[in-house]
Amino acid sequence: MAGVFAVAIIGSGPAGLSAAARAAALGLSHILLEKTDHLSDTIYKYQKGKHVMATPSNLVLRSDVDFEAGKREVILGKWDEQIAGAHVNVKYHAEAKAIRGTGDPIPGSVQQIVTRARDGTKSVKEIQRHAPPYAIELTNGEVVMAENVILAIGTQGNPNRMRCPGADLPHVQYQLDDPAEYVDEHIVIVGTGDAGIENARGLAEDPAQRNTVSILNRGTDFPTAKAANVSALMADHEAGKLMVRTESETHSIEPGFITLTTRDGELRIPCDRIIARIGSAPPRAFVEECGIEFSSEDRSAFPTLSPVFETTAPGIFVIGALAGYPLIKHCMNQGHDVIEFINGNTELKPADEPIIAAKFAGLPGNRSTEEWLEFLRTNVSILNGMNPLQMREFMLDSTARAFAPGEVIFERNAPGSSLFGIASGSVAVEVNPADPSVTIAIEAGSIFGEVGLISGRRRGATVRAAEDTIVVEISRLAALKLQSQVPAAKKAIERISIERQLLQMFGSGLRREDVAPLVDAAKVEEKRAGEVVVTEGADDKDVFIIRRGSMIVEKQIGDRPVFLSYLPAGSYFGEMAVIDGSARTATVKAAIKSEVIRLPGEGFLELLAKNPALRERAMKDMAGRRATNAFIEGQKDSFSSAVDMYSQTAQFLVDNGIGEATDVLLIDEKLCIGCDNCEKACADSHDGLTRLDREAGKTYAHLHVPTSCRHCEHPHCMADCPPNAIKRGPDGEVFIDETCIGCGNCQRNCPYGVIRMDAKPPKKPSLLQWMLFGSGPGPGEAPYSWRKKKAEAEGAPKAKLAIKCDMCSGIDGGPACVRACPTGAAIRVAPDKFLTFTKLTEDAE
Amino acid sequence: MASTAKNRFSQDEKRRDSDHVSFLKHRGFRWLWIALALSGVSIAGYVLIDQQPRPNGGSWYGYTLGTIGLLLIIWLSLLGVRKRRINPGAWSLKAWTSAHVYLGLSLVVVGTLHTGFQIGWNVHTLAYVLMLLVIATGIYGVIVYATLPASLSANRKEMTRAQMLEALTAIDRQLESAAQPLGRAEADWVIAALAQDTFHGGAWGRLTGSYPHCATRRALRGMPQGAAEERVIALLEKRTQQLAQIRGALRIRALLEVWLFIHIPLTIALIAALTAHVISVFYYW
Ligand SMILES: Cc1cc2nc3c(=O)[nH]c(=O)nc-3n(C[C@H](O)[C@H](O)[C@H](O)COP(=O)(O)OP(=O)(O)OC[C@H]3O[C@@H](n4cnc5c(N)ncnc54)[C@H](O)[C@@H]3O)c2cc1C
Ligand code: HEM
Ligand code: SF4
Ligand code: SF4
Repeated sequence: MAGVFAVAIIGSGPAGLSAAARAAALGLSHILLEKTDHLSDTIYKYQKGKHVMATPSNLVLRSDVDFEAGKREVILGKWDEQIAGAHVNVKYHAEAKAIRGTGDPIPGSVQQIVTRARDGTKSVKEIQRHAPPYAIELTNGEVVMAENVILAIGTQGNPNRMRCPGADLPHVQYQLDDPAEYVDEHIVIVGTGDAGIENARGLAEDPAQRNTVSILNRGTDFPTAKAANVSALMADHEAGKLMVRTESETHSIEPGFITLTTRDGELRIPCDRIIARIGSAPPRAFVEECGIEFSSEDRSAFPTLSPVFETTAPGIFVIGALAGYPLIKHCMNQGHDVIEFINGNTELKPADEPIIAAKFAGLPGNRSTEEWLEFLRTNVSILNGMNPLQMREFMLDSTARAFAPGEVIFERNAPGSSLFGIASGSVAVEVNPADPSVTIAIEAGSIFGEVGLISGRRRGATVRAAEDTIVVEISRLAALKLQSQVPAAKKAIERISIERQLLQMFGSGLRREDVAPLVDAAKVEEKRAGEVVVTEGADDKDVFIIRRGSMIVEKQIGDRPVFLSYLPAGSYFGEMAVIDGSARTATVKAAIKSEVIRLPGEGFLELLAKNPALRERAMKDMAGRRATNAFIEGQKDSFSSAVDMYSQTAQFLVDNGIGEATDVLLIDEKLCIGCDNCEKACADSHDGLTRLDREAGKTYAHLHVPTSCRHCEHPHCMADCPPNAIKRGPDGEVFIDETCIGCGNCQRNCPYGVIRMDAKPPKKPSLLQWMLFGSGPGPGEAPYSWRKKKAEAEGAPKAKLAIKCDMCSGIDGGPACVRACPTGAAIRVAPDKFLTFTKLTEDAE
Repeated sequence: MASTAKNRFSQDEKRRDSDHVSFLKHRGFRWLWIALALSGVSIAGYVLIDQQPRPNGGSWYGYTLGTIGLLLIIWLSLLGVRKRRINPGAWSLKAWTSAHVYLGLSLVVVGTLHTGFQIGWNVHTLAYVLMLLVIATGIYGVIVYATLPASLSANRKEMTRAQMLEALTAIDRQLESAAQPLGRAEADWVIAALAQDTFHGGAWGRLTGSYPHCATRRALRGMPQGAAEERVIALLEKRTQQLAQIRGALRIRALLEVWLFIHIPLTIALIAALTAHVISVFYYW
């Protein structure tokens, strides 16, 4: 042990190495601990030759280490050089396992760690925090002592390890860098998620490698993998390229062999290498054990930090992706700043100061950035629980705007998933589309727009400023972060949203007081896709509102369930049984992962009893639904096959993601002549690359769902985009803007495989030149070889970025795929309009 | 984010609400009615107007019909450009095709009346005949567009063209190893089957789906029963089915496309003949 360092930095990613370089420059005694044998493992693992992007471009870099957009190899090379040049004290193969304070116990400072078991039970463990200096224990048994610790370990975590006998043998590995590296081997892949499937297929891809590849599946289906991956894997299996062993688990491992437990008993097969891809454990458990508190139990929560990145354990700091800042530039700036803070620099302004200052530039009131942040934080009630650092981060994804009296903030039917907080003034909500003079006021401190945020659907009403008003528009991402950071905010949003949903749904005449008892009794419940909420014939009496997701209604007719209707978010169901006291007349189940609000039936009845107008409306709605159901049941008697067709087609579409779509391309294969004009038009409307694959995808009764974006209500692709480049546009389209860094996360997250990663191709000769002289590849996407040759001739390769359908936003006539179809086969539909009997049984020909 | 600006909402909503119908039924047969009206008016005019000295292209009514026909033909030809130039403009190819088909058919009436039934061995009649041929191929086109897509879809069974070929390659790989233990003559059959180009048979085979020299089927016929042969036979059968699917897809697509190889060149020839026809008419005036 070499004395006590002033700072120990754990993790040498962009955040950690920038911190270490700053410490070296200031002459602080320091050590940089890295678990691998190279710097910056996350970037090291990028695909070879990946073009690394330096976004956001308006943020200045503040670091002793250089960074600009460029090839992975160049960036890593430069970092190696500069870290060596700056005499940074790096220790490789140094994986931190635990961090303990070695000083006195800090009175009253106790860390509570809540662990939740699979069955939902919780257990709480308490740890007494101790003052610095800290002892950092490494996995090899060494101990490093430091006054301050900076955790910059990123969010990768550690791969889950195998646990059977022999799991620690050297030929068991948890990563596969280059499938082409292995030849003539018997390789067993454990785990049938996307990573495992991709590895297995990669190893078996080239028969010249002569690998014998098998992949183990504990069960018979592949619940965690994408459908496209699964079907490709099964095709490889059928083709004899590799073997999928279902209902198999590892029993034990020995050199050269593996023993499996299968349905037919134990099986010992030759095996030279085992690649286990059984997920990875996020670093949270390790971080919590160090005495660091997270902002909530939410899986997406980050550690609670002070404005100088200090955690709840005094002297331990968290920066970089682990602190919630996934872009390299942010990471590096924080590395610089945190060392300055530790070194006693209190004057330092954050590097994002100009960006945030610009957000307040146009507002009246002459406040400084700090004052503005404080103004918003104290005035908007859901922001009260945030600290100044969180407010800054929050503001990066939000905007503050001033509105004059009468000015429109958003309009009915505009798409939008942002939330608004009123910092001063008030707004008027036009609840009645027919009569704009009927409004409901929302006062300062409160929020609006929450329906769009929660349901992903269009705005339900126009909102105008009632007086001079300052609002903060909180992007979907910032709102999600806020809810995970501040549990109280989550509660408040939930309550308000239930209340508003009731008011909006049942419309005119209702006041907040009227619905208050119902709101108090309401419960939000999450439903898995396919989960039954109401069972036909049962006599429970609750009413439900779909808060997010969608439901399908079906009824047992004869021997089969028949699809009656599709209910989008914002609709209610279950009222029939309550109103007329009958048993449930149909089954309602979740089409996709959904949330419902459960209202007690008596409360609902009371509300109806007090409001005759409402009662009348409910009766009318009910009669309408009855009529639809009766119609379909009536058809069933006379046109049984049409009803079966309708029912099965609807179910097929729901199974293929139409239930969560807002606008989706379908192809009627009774009309499609296979000319691919739709694909060509797509490519020609968008930089020469098509965003749809017409042939791929599932088909039922000639209705084909091609591989193309569904513009989901809650886009999965948005979940994990470091620069937050995926947005919803003015026409409801989900699009990727120019800040994409090409990390491929969205491609992995989209369950429908519609995102492709490709470089923008060179320009083609014009249509006229092609028609007259045959120059260039002609209409549509140019073949890969043409693009490659032309791009090479033009020099500098372009970065591969994520591309997907943007619904032809900005193009006059709307989606080109539909317009370019000569026969009318290609249509774009919305589920609530299309999943109806008339539409699905329409005779197109 | 909040949107107060103008957006495409109402236009998009119209699209999402619109009927899902083919180009033939487009907008309740709008273009059929227009074409019928055009034909009806042309016939009525022909019958009612006293053309001097006799009905033909040279009377004022004949000129009118000729001009209409010429403009129509030029417009019909522009479909080839329209189809490949999606932007700018808020038009739909389905509407264009619908109009193309019905207005193209009305040319039979307009064109014929324009001739005044004066047929001879000259450039004028050549243009007329070419027009009728273009129309005839167009009619074939509409018939296949209306009848073949369903079988194309059924034949595909959710597979893409690339997947079909991949499946064949996979079978071939298995065949190759399964054929190892076979005798010389049997192995040669398998090798011949594997070596044969999937697309042999030329244009005729493609259109008819008949491949009399299929080496896979020959290998299957020749293969004797036996332990080693059993797996090879099963694989050859699989290969035959896979080939049948690929050939089916080729055939249907060929039938859907072949007529364009006549429709388009004849259109070009028609325009050339029309140019000659118009020039000569004005020259000899
Ligand atoms: C494919 C891909 C592409 C991307 N492209 C870009 C891009 O173009 N531009 C951009 O700005 N961002 C990009 N990102 C995001 C960016 O790479 C990360 O957010 C960033 O690297 C995070 O930096 P960090 O320093 O916080 O952590 P990391 O870079 O994850 O570094 C953590 C380091 O800590 C080490 N470590 C972990 N645990 C321990 C331990 N217990 N003890 C010791 N050492 C430990 C690790 O080995 C690693 O070296 C991309 C991400 C991915 C996955
Ligand atoms: C003299 C009259 C006509 C002319 C000059 C003409 C010309 C053309 C041209 C140039 C094309 C474009 C082909 C391409 O580029 O792919 C075309 C397509 C077509 N024509 Fe005609 N045509 C005529 C009459 C007709 C008639 C009468 C019919 C039907 C009854 C018809 C049916 C079609 C169809 C179905 C297409 C294909 C549309 C598509 O797939 O995009 N045509 N025609
Ligand atoms: S444009 Fe229409 S007919 Fe052509 S491939 Fe696409 S969907 Fe099929
Ligand atoms: S890219 Fe995928 S996840 Fe994103 S909106 Fe489209 S279909 Fe949904």
